[in-house]
Amino acid sequence: MAAATDTLERETKLQGLGSSRLRKEDARFIRGRGSYIDDIKLPGMLFGAIVRSPYAHARIKSINKAKALAVPGVVAVLVADDLKPVKLDWMPTLGSDVQAVLADKKVCFQMQEVAMVIAADRYSAADGADAVEVDYEELPAIVDPHMSMAPGAPIIREDIAGKDEVGHGKRTHPNHIFTWEAGDKAGTDAVFASAAVTVKEEILNPRVHPCPLETCGCVASFDKVTGQLTVYITSQAPHLVRTVVAMLSGIPESKIRIIGGDIGGGFGNKVPIYPGYVVAIVASIVTGVPIKWIESRIDNISTTGFARDYHGVGELAADKDGRIKALRFTALADHGAFNSHVSATKLPAGLFSICTGSYDIPKAYCRVDAVYTNKAPGGVAYRCSLRVTEAVYLIERMIDVLAQKLGLDKAEIRRRNFVKADKFPYTTSLGWTIDSGNYQAALEKVLKAVDYDGLRKEQAAKRAKGELMGIGVCTFTEIVGAGPTKVCDILGIGLFDSCDIRVNPTGSAIARLGTMSQGQGHATTYAQIIATELGLSSDEIQIEEGDTDKAPYGAGTWGSRSTPVGGAAAAMAARKIRAKAQKIAAHLLEVGEGDLEWEVDRFKVKGNPAQARTMKEIAMAAHTSNLPDGMEKGLDATEYYDPPNMTFPFGAYVCVVDIDRFTGETKVRRFYALDDCGTRINPMIIEGQIHGGLTEAFAVAFGQAIPFDENGNHLGNSLMDYFLPTAVETPHWETDHTVTPSPHHPIGAKGVAESPHVGGIPCFSNAVVDAFAHLGVTHMDMPHTAFRVWQLCKALGINKR
Amino acid sequence: MIPREFEYHAPTTIPDALGLLKQFGDEAKLLAGGHSLLPMMKLRFAQPGHLIDLGRIRELKGIREEGGALRIGAMTTENELIWSKLLQDKCPLLVEGARLISDPQVRYKGTIGGDISHGDPGNDHPALMLVLGASFVLKASTGERVVPAEGFFVGSFATLLQPGEIMTEIRIPVPAPGTGYCYSKLKRKVGDFATAAAAVTLRMKGETVQEVAIALTNVGASVLRARAAEDSLRGKAMNDASIAEAARLAMRICDPAADQRGDAEYKTVMAGEMTQRALRTARSRATR
Amino acid sequence: MAKKHAVSFKLNGKAVDVVVEPRELLIHSLREKLQHTGPHIGCETSHCGACTVDLNGMSVKSCTVLTVQCQGAEMLTIEGFEQSGALHALQEGFTQEHGLQCGYCTPGMITRAYRLLKENPSPSEEEIRYWMAGNLCRCTGYQNIVKAVQYAAKKMSSPRT
Repeated sequence: MAAATDTLERETKLQGLGSSRLRKEDARFIRGRGSYIDDIKLPGMLFGAIVRSPYAHARIKSINKAKALAVPGVVAVLVADDLKPVKLDWMPTLGSDVQAVLADKKVCFQMQEVAMVIAADRYSAADGADAVEVDYEELPAIVDPHMSMAPGAPIIREDIAGKDEVGHGKRTHPNHIFTWEAGDKAGTDAVFASAAVTVKEEILNPRVHPCPLETCGCVASFDKVTGQLTVYITSQAPHLVRTVVAMLSGIPESKIRIIGGDIGGGFGNKVPIYPGYVVAIVASIVTGVPIKWIESRIDNISTTGFARDYHGVGELAADKDGRIKALRFTALADHGAFNSHVSATKLPAGLFSICTGSYDIPKAYCRVDAVYTNKAPGGVAYRCSLRVTEAVYLIERMIDVLAQKLGLDKAEIRRRNFVKADKFPYTTSLGWTIDSGNYQAALEKVLKAVDYDGLRKEQAAKRAKGELMGIGVCTFTEIVGAGPTKVCDILGIGLFDSCDIRVNPTGSAIARLGTMSQGQGHATTYAQIIATELGLSSDEIQIEEGDTDKAPYGAGTWGSRSTPVGGAAAAMAARKIRAKAQKIAAHLLEVGEGDLEWEVDRFKVKGNPAQARTMKEIAMAAHTSNLPDGMEKGLDATEYYDPPNMTFPFGAYVCVVDIDRFTGETKVRRFYALDDCGTRINPMIIEGQIHGGLTEAFAVAFGQAIPFDENGNHLGNSLMDYFLPTAVETPHWETDHTVTPSPHHPIGAKGVAESPHVGGIPCFSNAVVDAFAHLGVTHMDMPHTAFRVWQLCKALGINKR
Repeated sequence: MIPREFEYHAPTTIPDALGLLKQFGDEAKLLAGGHSLLPMMKLRFAQPGHLIDLGRIRELKGIREEGGALRIGAMTTENELIWSKLLQDKCPLLVEGARLISDPQVRYKGTIGGDISHGDPGNDHPALMLVLGASFVLKASTGERVVPAEGFFVGSFATLLQPGEIMTEIRIPVPAPGTGYCYSKLKRKVGDFATAAAAVTLRMKGETVQEVAIALTNVGASVLRARAAEDSLRGKAMNDASIAEAARLAMRICDPAADQRGDAEYKTVMAGEMTQRALRTARSRATR
Repeated sequence: MAKKHAVSFKLNGKAVDVVVEPRELLIHSLREKLQHTGPHIGCETSHCGACTVDLNGMSVKSCTVLTVQCQGAEMLTIEGFEQSGALHALQEGFTQEHGLQCGYCTPGMITRAYRLLKENPSPSEEEIRYWMAGNLCRCTGYQNIVKAVQYAAKKMSSPRT
């Protein structure tokens, strides 16, 4: 009894895996001592301000720098011509396209980068940017992606007009980027042709933007004497940036240091390599002093990586009992003027083929046609897990559409179609092998918690009185953890990740990883994983990320990959250390390795537990001569982890809404979110991620949009219009969980931070549509602003007292 | 983010402020709370050569009751309005309205005088001023005049405030005890301007409406006084039909600009809806 | 070039002096001239509140205040909360209740909550949300921020033993 208590006490002290321990990184943030990019000041630093195009599509006739150069404090004005000698006027994108760093001869989206003014401080830089004179000749703009390939459509990308492919297969039109498909088209079509029931909907996933509170920026510093380039940067993937910069600049990668410090939110916005970074680097090389570039909020919303803009058509074929027999999803993808978003070479539409969702669908086909338009480049961003938001939105909307067509309850139809718990690992008809899941249990737990039957009764009563109440159900499976290098690469570089752990003689440790936190709590969660593996307190395990001079190579943090890949690397590296520690312990205790068992923080001799050595004691011994013959000194290990598969977190969400038919306003009465991310490293941190992801989902579903007029001019690109909810609008979140570990992950963990966004958006939409379902409404496009919902109320004739 | 260059002046008396206004003419702008003007200057939509900060002029602060009227210094902030016991007691409509303006930080700086004189059709005080029958003290170097709120708001960013004049005080006749009131504002989120809003004051005589005032925010080039709607209610009982009729008449005068909040039709109908809600709430608050 | 102004004020209890153009925003003076990088910049339209400081007893967005307006002011930023190594109850609350993730909105949140609690020592959840609505957060969804403020309210109102 005492032994068990003692074990529990020691385990608690470690604050390891599973502990809701407080965060280690908070200490600096609550004191205002974080180190974000705009906090960086280097001696002699100059400031860069970008001049941007007012037109969405125009030729540049001339650029006159004279007035700008005459502004006091202005040092230089860079345009495309100044980048040509170093061949940096164009750069490769992470999507295998090329993008103009500074526009040469033409601009292709409103606010595209045309020049950068370098000045002594940001005030002079702003005055200088105002004084650059650019003469444009406006061209007709393509704003609707359906018009991109219309006969006579203006050619947007004259620079690649002659190319018949841009990294992802044959192009059929100058404004076409790629067509990607997956599944069995003929087989799927055959099922549809003979199905008892089919449903079809046009489903828009509108263009939105991640809008982290901190905008993008960098401080680039080239040392002319040493030839060393150092770039402090808001990047979720420092090593990838380093490799790309090496490729672009010709500077040896060993002389490039990328430093990611504290980042004020990423959400995918800080993955691409933006022109501002490249020009700042060139400016630093040219001037020999550090150059800081920080964009404004309007710049951020207007020009950095947007999300979605998928114009989808969803179709399901089913039997009369609602069992789905086939799925056919297509989407027209508006990528903007350049294909800049992160794309695995073989997966230009990301992980869209997860669109069979949580369901056992025997036949499926999906196709994405990507086109250019005169809008900012992007597409993959905003907690999307690489187009998983688009895929899950489609399937979760369509299964509701099918339910309504058949008059089936929306929870029941899901039950009938779930992949059953005993079928995992389950390979979908689109080729993904889902590692583990128990969708049924998750759904039942949620339905019970919210008294689903009671809610449906209440809804019926309210409908009789003409009131609008909606119940949204969403049972999502998503796919994260990019990924197995055979399938997942960026510009050829595999998406493995890494962890390098060093245990020092006094028994604390430092671990460096190739991922990059932007608020996810890695300093705490990775320490917890290693704490449990090594039996050292997480308080004494320092975690470092972001400095490419120190951290082992990795692909950064996006697509919820840190826990699946980085966390695995951390566990495996720690296990290498523990394996060595076991040998040392055996040597110190003069027993065989097999005579030892591990308990929390020490190796004990089986049958003689008083004979033990703690990891701390072993750490000291590892630095002395008292080691087995021939054993190398030290206690450290590095692991490069190539995951065998993606991971598949899942969840069941229910949302209750009440809609005011006179104003169109929606009140979210209740939101219950059950998430299963496998092994839970820190429940407190998980809950925080769920709150945040749901809040971003709420923003997307109820108000976010990037509207344009017919000439490609932005109509709402500041925080006046771009909907970021305050504490008043944001609903209260209820969270719950089940635990279905990943069988292939070293600690069974799956990653979680994007799930609430992936699942939240369709849940909100399903709730809103459900409020009108009894009036024959099968689908409503987002955002569900009061205005748009009211328009539907009016069309249905229910908006009058 | 960075305004153009300008010169800054911080007079401590009204005559000094007026002198500066005269000296710099149309190169100068008055700085009250700064939360309309400075954002415009940071985006370089406004580029005055001189800013005259009214923030150091003590005479422009204070809320008091004198001679049956509430007298509010033009530089009184929204936050001061909200926390004023005098206003909570004697003019709760103003408190309710101030609470619906912008967000907490902006309300520490935004002033009632600035909100009124700026002339932005999205500002909330004009509607409150109209239904409260307020008047404004305008001082120039040549003298002072008191103008009623009625007719003060001429158009988009246009009021009767002349160049060389400073609004120094807002005077509001103390609403009679038992006056019903409500400011009903539809907005996309906290901090947004109104999609549409309606201000109502109301006095009942038994079961009929003795006096009613209705004004609408952000559904025209400037604030709108819904006189026909008022006329339709005066002397009548308030019921679903009369309220609906008043709302219909209020909608008739609307001419909102379409924007991301909604199109003209939606905003107009919402003005009607806000009018209905404001009337109902005002009725429930009216006593005697 | 516009005439420069010498401006003196008290920052976190210490007297400071700066020389600024009239157009210099307080947020820039704090971050660039006075090395106080706690308040952050999140937008340029006065919406986000990341720049919030406490100025003469008011929570203000320092991006919408000119430094020249601050002559003689008393100013508190996040850097002034920890006193002699002791954290303010709000700083404790944000840590205890996981009221931050990326930390970017945190200085503004804590600074604003400070004035909120001075004016309303026992706010309800609804009041906290209403009186904090000038500070945007993208990471937390506000729920734990509310709990953090409640934690601080409770701690500050408890009699010390």
